[in-house]
Amino acid sequence: MTTAQAHAHPQPNYMGVFWWLLGLTIAEVAVAYAHLPKLIMVILLVGMAFTKAAMVALYFMHLKFERSTLTWIALTPLILCIFLSLMLLPDIHP
Amino acid sequence: MSEAAAIDSAAEAAESPLTPESWGKLGMWVFLAADAMSFGGLIVCYALLRNASANWPPPAKTLGINLTAFMTLLLIVSSVTMVLSLSAIQNGDMKRFKRFLLLTISGGLLFLGCQAYEWTHLITERLPEIGISFSTHLFATTFFVLTGFHGMHVTGGVIYNSCVLAACLRGRYGPKHVEIAGLYWHFVDLVWILIFTFVYLI
Repeated sequence: MTTAQAHAHPQPNYMGVFWWLLGLTIAEVAVAYAHLPKLIMVILLVGMAFTKAAMVALYFMHLKFERSTLTWIALTPLILCIFLSLMLLPDIHP
Repeated sequence: MSEAAAIDSAAEAAESPLTPESWGKLGMWVFLAADAMSFGGLIVCYALLRNASANWPPPAKTLGINLTAFMTLLLIVSSVTMVLSLSAIQNGDMKRFKRFLLLTISGGLLFLGCQAYEWTHLITERLPEIGISFSTHLFATTFFVLTGFHGMHVTGGVIYNSCVLAACLRGRYGPKHVEIAGLYWHFVDLVWILIFTFVYLI
């Protein structure tokens, strides 16, 4: 494999990703304004936020086209944050 | 032969053993992972403090989300112009590259302007109205620390992108430097998507 081949990412459809991000942002604001039960609202908003974040990472940051090593580096903080939340949870007394 | 091999392996070292890309790109990813941990720590602490507080003002009503939705749009658009400027320089189109990178930098500056306006409005009018301030309520403390830390990243990104633009125009930097700068800029966008959801919408 030559260096040139390694550098040639397939060019994703950037405008397609943009329309998805725009649509999800509008949907998020709509959900925030709609008077939904708290739990449903949180699930919808968090779901959409992580979808958007994943799209930015996969297509704009080219993670989809890189070796999995970089994906593991990118996922490490997420795993550590879940760990951090679980470790701190017992200290919270509302 | 041995001398040629030595030169060859020295040239190889420019690429990391983990990725077929440059050390620079790997380094940026490791930095971003560490930076994500800083943001992650702040967001997790925000969530736990909020969960533990009895009287937390409803964020969407208190902060207002219309301007912030526009700011989110600004960062998303500036991410798109960043990838377009990268594909332009990869195709050798310097004019298009310059135009899109300038648009990206302007998007960042406009974002900072909106944030300055928002902070001023909150500090001088909105928060005194409901009787809380940075030092008296965790709502304000967590808000200003989180958005402030992110705003500093946007400021850094604007400076970084400007330096990359100047170096590219002088011919000292090329597509791979733009790609690495792009990674940082998209990360700032990604983090804002999460902050917008957790701090403003929920």
